[in-house]
This record gives sequence, structure tokens and C-alpha cells, in this order.
Amino acid sequence: MKILVCISNVPDTTSKINFTDGDTKFDTNGVQFIINPNDEFGLTRAMWFKEKQAAVVHIATVGGPSVEPTMRKALAIGADEAIRVNAEPTDGFFVAEQLAAIIKDGAYDLIIAGRESIDYNGGMVPGIIASILDMNFVNTCIKLDIEGANVTAMREIDGGKERIATILPLIIGGQKGLVEESDLRIPNMRGIMMARQKKLTVVEPIAASNATKDTKFEKPAAKGTVKLVDSVEELINLLHNEAKAI
Amino acid sequence: MSVLVYTESENGKFKKNSFEVASYAHEVAKQMGTTATAVSFNASDNESLSDYGISKVLNISNEKLKTFNAKAFADAIEQAAKKEGVKLVILSSSADTKFLAPLLAGHLKAGYVPNVVAAPKSTSPFTVKRTTFSNKGFAFTEINTDVKIVGVSNNAFGIIENKTAITIEDFSPTLGDNFGTKSVEIDKVVGKATIADADVVVSAGRGLKGPENWGMIEELANILGAATACSKPVSDLGWRPHGEHVGQTGKPVASNLYIAIGISGAIQHLAGVSSSKVKVVINNDPEAPFFKAADYGIVGDAFEVVPKLIEKLKEFKAQNA
Repeated sequence: MKILVCISNVPDTTSKINFTDGDTKFDTNGVQFIINPNDEFGLTRAMWFKEKQAAVVHIATVGGPSVEPTMRKALAIGADEAIRVNAEPTDGFFVAEQLAAIIKDGAYDLIIAGRESIDYNGGMVPGIIASILDMNFVNTCIKLDIEGANVTAMREIDGGKERIATILPLIIGGQKGLVEESDLRIPNMRGIMMARQKKLTVVEPIAASNATKDTKFEKPAAKGTVKLVDSVEELINLLHNEAKAI
Repeated sequence: MSVLVYTESENGKFKKNSFEVASYAHEVAKQMGTTATAVSFNASDNESLSDYGISKVLNISNEKLKTFNAKAFADAIEQAAKKEGVKLVILSSSADTKFLAPLLAGHLKAGYVPNVVAAPKSTSPFTVKRTTFSNKGFAFTEINTDVKIVGVSNNAFGIIENKTAITIEDFSPTLGDNFGTKSVEIDKVVGKATIADADVVVSAGRGLKGPENWGMIEELANILGAATACSKPVSDLGWRPHGEHVGQTGKPVASNLYIAIGISGAIQHLAGVSSSKVKVVINNDPEAPFFKAADYGIVGDAFEVVPKLIEKLKEFKAQNA
């Protein structure tokens, strides 16, 4: 089985978000970048397929040279090879078209992407790839088992979960549940050393246009001060009469 | 060239978010000088959409579409969009709809913007405001394609009544027999509010000390008709199911009222719940960061405050029933 894990390079979850250039750009100053958490759950599941079912695992990222440290981390965790599409990932449709081209060339059986990146939250890349390549697709995937070409997947739905049967080739939008938080791997020294030798191919983007453009950013309005109350009666009174929330 | 809105139903009845997206579609249609058309699947209450500004319903009745399938539903909505020649499709933010939206975007070659919180800032260029950076910011996003798809955030635009004359037209999309994926089993809590559509969410964290103490959280939620939720550490420890984890890597919450008990308020958690309208924090640590992001707070031990709150809320509910 040949697996491609699509990795997005995102600000660390603890980052404070600021904007620059007249609020038209994300301010990367002092921000540490990580593997998108939804992608990391998928990458870790891919490691399981590698170890138990002899899968070959490649990763792909759309981004400039600055995303390579994050890609090396994925290689240190255990991916075999990496492909970087040398373009700024400014729009979900654009990114999906780039990755679809890689997938078509590489004849992958399973594509694992995250349900969304935690920065731009488009939540559309795996679905658009599925529609471009006419591939089976499971979103918000929380469990994935494969026997031959047969797939059993679990997907999170509002208020529960759904078990789905499908076949390879398949693309998923993954999230926590594919593996547990405690299964995530911190690269060891040997992995880091080996990652330096692994193949990281840089390819130029195919012609594709952006469907959307973020023209301006804004931070949420500052919160007023909290009203501290001493009794539950007062709280109920305020929630009822002032906030009209109960 | 009307605006098309997908109104989601469950067991033949529209979900609450359908009335919100219908209201949104009406508002955008008004801005664009046109009307709003809904597409519905096996819904028995199509007329109810006339209260929210919908002037036409494409009513699909099809046994193959009794159970949700993203590809099949996306195919049917695509055909509805093409039949009506629409340039704008409005969707909700439910898990099912976020599943079909990118498939629809791919088929229609449409720019898709999810998590939209307000009516378009302008319709030419078409610009909408959405949440980004997991609710730590907003973006104004322009859609440049001929056909456009807007996904409306839960509980951001609101349900707005607009009584409109409505016509209901049967529509039969052409569907294949194999959608690639097949639903085998659905495991869903019935009769309980879900985090996605609850007006009130009661959430608890490590301050509760152990899973055995969740009885009072369930009881409080029950009185308020609320969904229960939890912080990331609680779900990682296995005290509560993953489906309850709210925050940056869990679910976002956009309820009217969010009550956080024994949650200190890590930045990832605060981001995930920032779209909730009124936030109440109960924590014994007055320095807990969550107090800075809350509207109301009680500094106190959850094990004392929550039972009292339950008792007084019962009295309140009895008086205001």
C-alpha cells in the first residue's frame, strides 16, 4: 500500500495571532511552526500501516522553502520520502489542485489529510481532491482499518459517529481519534539523523488559479471585564435578566 | 438567477440550522436583487421555509437519499444548482454539510468559504467575513469564481423571520447506484442536545478531579437542555469521549451560553469557544485565564457551587416554566 500524507505547516497551537502589513498578512514574527495537528494524527496512523502492513509513506506539502523544517520533522517521525510543491498555499482550491497532480503522478492508494488546517480553517482540501480525482472520500475520520482494498472507516457526525464501508483508493480528512494523543511520536535522535538523508523532492506548481483571496484580517474585539458574582442566585438573575441567556 | 440554499433535515423535519441558512440566503438574495430557492431532501415540512424568506423549494423525495451520503447529496445539489442556473450556494456548518461542501465546490469549480459569520460585506466583489486561525481572528475573504459557495457558521447570523409566498416544486436528480462509500451503522445519541446545535453547553475540565464526578455536570446540563462538553486534558485522559472535546483541535462551540466548570482556559480552549455569546466560568482559582475571557464568573469550588446552582436553577425553572 502506498500512502501520501498531506501536511500543512501551521502556527503552534499556543501562538498568539497577530496581523501585519495593514492587517493584510499573518504576522509570523516569533511564531513557531508545527505539523498541523489534524495531519499529525493521520501521519501517526500512517506509521502504524507502515509498521504492521508494510505500507510506504510519502508526505507532501505545498509551501516555500521555510516549510522544510516541518517536513523534516514528519520524515523524522518515520515517513519515507517528501515532496514539496514550491508555491505559497494561499487558497484551498489551489492547494487541492497541486496535491491532486502529485497524487495522480504517484499512484497512491490512500491519501491522508487533516479535516482542516488550524490556521486558515478551509476544511476543503481533501474533499476538493476527491472531486478532482473522483476518489472515495471520508471526512472527519476518527478510525481507519484496511484489509486488502477494503476499508472500514469511522467518521464523527454531530452527536455521534458513523461506520462507513468503502474501498481503496481513498482520501480521508482525519482528526484526533485516528490515533490517541498519547500515540503521537516525538522524533528521536536516530530519526532526526535519518531524516536528513531522506529524499525531499521540490516540484514546481502546476498552473492553477486561486478561487478566493483573504483581503483583510481582524482580531476579535477585546472582551469587557468579567462580572464576578458571589452567589448562584445572582448569577441566575444576571443570566436571565441581563444576558437573556436562560 | 436566484440564490440556492441547502436546507438540511433529519427524519423528515428541518434542522434548526436550516432556518438560519434560509434567513441568510434571503438576506443575500435581497442584497443581490433576487430571490432565495431551497433544495430539500425527503422533508415533510417544506412550507415552514416560507417563514424565513424562501420563495421556492426544490423538493427531492428519493429512497436512495434517506441516509446521508456526501457524494450523493453533493451530486443532487449540483444538479439543482445547474437547473436553476444559480451563481451562489448557501450551506450550513453541520458535520454532514462540511463533508459535502468541498465535493460540491470541486464539481461546480466554485470558490468555497466556510465559517462565515455575517451577511456579505459587498456582493461585487463578493466579500464575506469568516472566522480564521481557529477563532483567534477574522478574515474578509473575496470569492473570485463564477459560482460561489458560502458556509454559514452556526448561530452567528441568527434565525430571522420573513414571511414570503412560497412554491414547492418536485425535483428528481439523476443519481447512480454506487456512491463509493456506504453507511454501515450510525451510533448517535437521540433526544439529547449536541454541541453543534445546542443553545447552551455545559463544559467541565480537570478541576472535576475524575470521571466519577460528572453526574452533577450531566444534571446541570439536563436542567438547561444543554449539551455536555469537556476540555482537551479530560478527553486525553479518557474521562470523557473525544466527541465532547471542545477547543482548537476539538469542536468549536457557538452556543448562546457556555458554562465552563473547572477549566482554567488554555489559549486553545478559549479559541474554540470564543464564538459563544455568553460565557460563565466557575473556578476556584481567581487567576485562571478563563476569567479574562468570560462575561460572568464565580470564584469557588465546583463541588460546592454546582450543586447549589442545580438547586436554584430547578427553582428558577419551576417559577418560569
